[in-house]
Parts: sequence; structure tokens; C-alpha cells
Amino acid sequence: MSTNVNTIRELAERDYKWGFVTAVEEERVPRGLNEDIIRLISAKKREPQFMLEWRLKAFQYWASLEASQAEPKWANIKYAPIDYQDIVYYSAPKKKPGLQSLDELDPEILRTYEKLGIPLAEQKMLAGVAVDAVFDSVSVATTFKEKLAELGVIFCPFSEAVEKYPELVKRYLGSVVPYTDNFFAALNAAVFSDGSFVYVPEGVRCPLELSTYFRINAAETGQFERTLIVADRGAYVSYLEGCTAPIRDENQLHAAVVELVALDDAQIKYSTVQNWYPGDKQGRGGIYNFVTKRGKCAGVNSKISWTQVETGSAITWKYPSCILQGDNSAGEFYSVALTNNYQQADTGTKMIHLGKNTSSTVVSKGISAGHGQNTYRGLVKILKGASRARNYTQCDSLLIGDQCGAHTFPYIEVKNASARMEHEASTSKIGEDQLFYLQQRGLKTEDAVSMIVNGFCKQVFRELPMEFAVEAQKLLSVSLEGSVG
Amino acid sequence: MSLLEIKNLRVRVAGHEILKGIDLTIDSGEVHSIMGPNGSGKSTLAQVLARRETYQVIDGEVLFNGKDLLAMKPEEAACEGVFMAFQYPVEIPGISNTYFMRSALNAMRKYRNQDEMDAMDFLPMFREKVKLLEMDEKLMSRSVNEGFSGGEKKRNEILQMAVLEPKLAILDETDSGLDIDALRIVAKGVNAMRSKDRGMLVVTHYQRLLNYIVPDRVHVLVDGRIARSGGSELALELEEKGYGWIDGEAQATVPAST
Repeated sequence: MSTNVNTIRELAERDYKWGFVTAVEEERVPRGLNEDIIRLISAKKREPQFMLEWRLKAFQYWASLEASQAEPKWANIKYAPIDYQDIVYYSAPKKKPGLQSLDELDPEILRTYEKLGIPLAEQKMLAGVAVDAVFDSVSVATTFKEKLAELGVIFCPFSEAVEKYPELVKRYLGSVVPYTDNFFAALNAAVFSDGSFVYVPEGVRCPLELSTYFRINAAETGQFERTLIVADRGAYVSYLEGCTAPIRDENQLHAAVVELVALDDAQIKYSTVQNWYPGDKQGRGGIYNFVTKRGKCAGVNSKISWTQVETGSAITWKYPSCILQGDNSAGEFYSVALTNNYQQADTGTKMIHLGKNTSSTVVSKGISAGHGQNTYRGLVKILKGASRARNYTQCDSLLIGDQCGAHTFPYIEVKNASARMEHEASTSKIGEDQLFYLQQRGLKTEDAVSMIVNGFCKQVFRELPMEFAVEAQKLLSVSLEGSVG
Repeated sequence: MSLLEIKNLRVRVAGHEILKGIDLTIDSGEVHSIMGPNGSGKSTLAQVLARRETYQVIDGEVLFNGKDLLAMKPEEAACEGVFMAFQYPVEIPGISNTYFMRSALNAMRKYRNQDEMDAMDFLPMFREKVKLLEMDEKLMSRSVNEGFSGGEKKRNEILQMAVLEPKLAILDETDSGLDIDALRIVAKGVNAMRSKDRGMLVVTHYQRLLNYIVPDRVHVLVDGRIARSGGSELALELEEKGYGWIDGEAQATVPAST
């Protein structure tokens, strides 16, 4: 048994492969946060007045929360107080004015994305994935724009959307996650620098998987991107996001906001593979991933589906949620969260049922290894008008070793007696007997652990688009830094 | 060179000496049976040979094809050709039986520097073996052993043996929990695997299984030692007289050795 433990420990010592730094000239605003910084960010982005005003209101709200120490403390996570005045809120690679095509992009950045396996070049058209890449604070490249434009699909950096489609932005920005939603959402609204914007017009089924790749490169910066996806009536879109960051000893803050809006009969599928730098084996460094993601099924028969594979970050605090407003609308949440070494995750979902015949499905798979702490926190709320609402929740935890923890906080509030609720939960441990069985069949310890964990996550992986599912499996075996007891 | 040579093997589990000096040699083509009362160390012997690491070897030597088996990790022993059919097969949720078997086979092929087998080549071979064990093909797309009945789990073990074609097959109380029909099917599967290139060690408490899998040699394990060895007729004698017969004799005489 001791050999098993050792081998798994060795596995745990595998290094973070995405931790390199790219040498690019950057342009950044002074450290700290005040109205002038907000104005500076807004001016750098040549934003219209409505955006600046919105940012300033958000900033004032955030400042009032900060003054009253209203940073949320209820999550099952521990970290030293964040000095919000010690963060650089905007950093961008310096670029030539008026970037016309990918050829003009800093070759260092292109090389970075190549190293990360994120194809930006046109040849990757074959892959059928359109990519928007956000490097530190700004979006550096969006592929396939023309092809999508033929269908009327808008897929562009958020800042470009503000410039070209201000009406759409004005109508939907903050409509699902208002800046008053929470501390980090307010901070994001004040300082967000870029992100992706997607609009799929009525009746269009977006033929490509849309994808954003987020990369934090600069030191001492925060990344605050904002994504807004609107699927008009009868539209369909599948969107993927991936994230990595260099290895740094200090913690870096990532406070993003994602808003999804699905109108009548529309469907949005949002998949995340989150692999921010998790910190080292002693728990030094790593990204604080404090993210607010929410979708609104505004129309009848609409559907929003979240799938996340969370393997990175020192701390993850996120609850991709669905507001099921339209009658017959459906929300789904499929999650794999892995915490290893000293990683902490407090993640789950909220399913808010407003409309009639609404249904939600929650499948959460938490894996804890090393000293990792993994918390599932979920809320299913059936409001009075939500007749015949249905929810199915399944919440499974897998422990690897005996120094990690799994915690589950499922909240259920039902205000309509016709609701049908199902809740299943389990906690299991990779046992010596399971490992021995697989080894006796010729599999190495690391492959045996991978196989058991992949089997455990299968329900979630099969929700991912094919190529991402393969990626996620590989990522999981690399991040699998467990230990067996 | 013998397939398996066990010399003076002594094993401790949780502070207790369970095997107190085992000597046993198995040649390719032979089927040996280890019988014995509960707690005599039968399963311990099987698990040690499969290299389970919770068992502490305190003395002795085991050569497998001339190689030091006790220096091998479980997966190395497996890849070298040692297979154990488990008394209590475990469940692996989310991993299909077919995928599992192909992964196992390919892990071994890789170890032996053979090309990995793709699904196209694997499936026809696999189906053949599934038929031999009279198993429902639907079970093959189900997760490994999940929701299998006791009999199905045991048959699944023999199926794995048939796919992996080991040089030494250890059956650890494969008959326990089997009804007579399942026992017959399992025995048919095992007998089909008898070959001059393969040795087998059948660990069992009851003689019943040996009506179907007739061994070349029978060894009776009592209190961590082989108390008596003989041909297949020894099993019948035991069935008639009970383990107490050997027990009494073992105390009176020097333990028999092979």
C-alpha cells in the first residue's frame, strides 16, 4: 500500500505545464483603484458615455461594500485579506495602432497560444472552433469572424461590441448579473477590460463551437473579463472557454462575470475548462477565481446548460446558475471540480424556478486529493408561480487520500407544492482494493487512478463537446495529484 | 525451469504470521489446487503471488519463470503473466467492461513491446470469449462489475482471464457464491484455458469445484503450512473425512512437502 501512496504522491508532484511567461511589452495603468483609474480604463477603450457612467456607478457601489467590509465571507474557503489597492487593474500587450489581421499580432503572443494548443490560424478552421483569445486584459484575436457574420452571428471582443453594437450591449449588459449583485460582480463591472460578446440572431443555429481562451500573463495584475451571450428566439449556440496563467508566487485575482440570455426556444450550452495556475505544492501562489456566472432562460422553452471542469486555481468561488423564467424552460449544471495540494473550491449552482413546468438538472462531481478542500454549495428554489417544477440533483464526492475534505451544502426552498424534487448524494474513496484490482490487470497506479476518476466524472464529460472531453480527461490525469489512504 | 517456484515463503499480515514456510512448485501445463480450512492462509498465498502490498513477506523466495516475483509491483507481475481471479471483484463505476478489458490487454501488450490492439481487432476476439462464458453481451457495455450478480462477477473474472491469456492463473475461491449452473460454466471456461503453456493454482475451500476442474496436484494448507500433498483423489478423501483429519495428522507428523 505504501508504494501506492508514494506513486500517487509522485503523480501529485507533476508540474503545471502552462506556467511560462511570455515576454511582451505591456501597457498598464497605475496600481490601485479609484475613480481616475476607472476613467482611464474607459478612456483607453474609447468607450461611450453610458459605459463610463455604468462603471462609475458600479465602482461607487463596490467602494461602499468595501468600506463596510462586505466582501463575501460565507464560502468555505480561507485566504489572507486581499489588498484591492495593490492590484494593477489593466494590462495589455502593446500593439501597433489599428491591428487589421492576425499577421500583425505580436508573434510572441501567437507563439504563446500555439504552446497552449490554442489554434488561432485560419488552418484551424477544420477544427470548427472559432476562438476569441483574451491575453491579460484585452482580446487579441478573434477567428472566423467573417464566416459567422454571414449568418448574422456576432462574436467579438466585448470592447468591439460596445463600439459597434451599443444598443445590444445597453439592453443586455447587467440584465442577468447587475453590478449590485455581489462584491466581485460590482468590482468586475467597474474595471472589466474585455471579454467576449456573442449574439445569435433569431432562428440561427450557430454552426461552430465558439470559444474564448483566457490567459493571464502579466504579474501583479487582476483579470476581470466579462462575457455576454444572447441567443435570440429559436437560436442555438455552444460556447467554450479555457484558461491558463503563468506560475507566480503571489496570488492573482480573477473576477469575471458571465451573463447568458436565452429568449423563446433558444438554447445556450456553455462549457468551461478552467485550468488557472493552482499554486505550488505548499499552496503558495495561484489564482483566486472569484466568478459570477448566471444565465437567464427568459423565453418559453428555452434551455441553458452549464458544464464545467475546474482543475486549476488556488481558490474557486463560482456558482453558474440559471434563472428559469420562461415556462417550460430548462437549466442544467454539470460540474467536475478537482482540488489537490492546498487548492480550495466552493462551487455549485443556483436553479431558480419562476416559470411553470420548468426543470433543472444538477450533477456535481467533486474530487479532493492532497490537502484539497472541495465544497459543493447549491440552491434549488421553486417559487410560488412555478407549478409542476422539477429538479434532479446528484452530488458525488470522491476522496483520494486522508488529508483532503469534501463538503456538501445543498439548499432547497420550495414554495409550490406541485414541485418534484430528487436529491442524491454520495461520498466515496478510491480504495486500495480498487487500485489493486486495476493493477492486477496490468495498469500502472497512475493509469489506475486516472481510470477510476474518469469513470467517476463520466456523466459530466459526456456533456462536453468531443474534443474538449478528451482535453478534460487528459487535464484531469495531469492535475490528479492525489494520495491514497 | 519451473513456471513457479515458491521456497520457504513466510508472510505476515497485521503483525500475525499467516504463512509459515510454504514450498511449492508448479510447472507449465499443471493445475494445482490449494485447499484448506478457513484461516489457513489460502487467500493470503494467492494475494502475495499477485503482489498485494498489504502483505509483508518476511522470508523466502518466489521465482516466476526464473524471475524474482517478490521484487515485482502488482502491474509488473500482471504483465509478466500472473493473473488472479478475485474472490471479491470490485466495481469501477463509469468504465465499461469492454473499455476496461481493452485497456488492460493493451497495458500488457505495451509492456511486452507488442502493438496495441485497436477496437476493430479487439471486439471480435472479445465477443468470442463472452460467448464461451455464456455471458450476456449487454453486460460488456455496462460499468465493470456494477450491478452484476455474484455469479456474473465471477464469470467476468474468468472472462478477463480468457482475454488476458496469463501464464499463471490463480483462482481465489472462484466457486464461492456460485450456484451449480454458474459453477459449470465457470469450470468450462477454466478448462478451455488449460494448456501446456499455462499453469493454474485453484484455491478453494470445497472439493465441489474440483469435480469440474480436475487438478493434477492437491495441497492441503493448515495453519500456514502445506500439511499434505497428493493427486486429485486427495480432494475426495478430504471431502469424506473433513479437514480435522489432516489437522490431527499434521500435529502428529512432520509436515509433508512436495
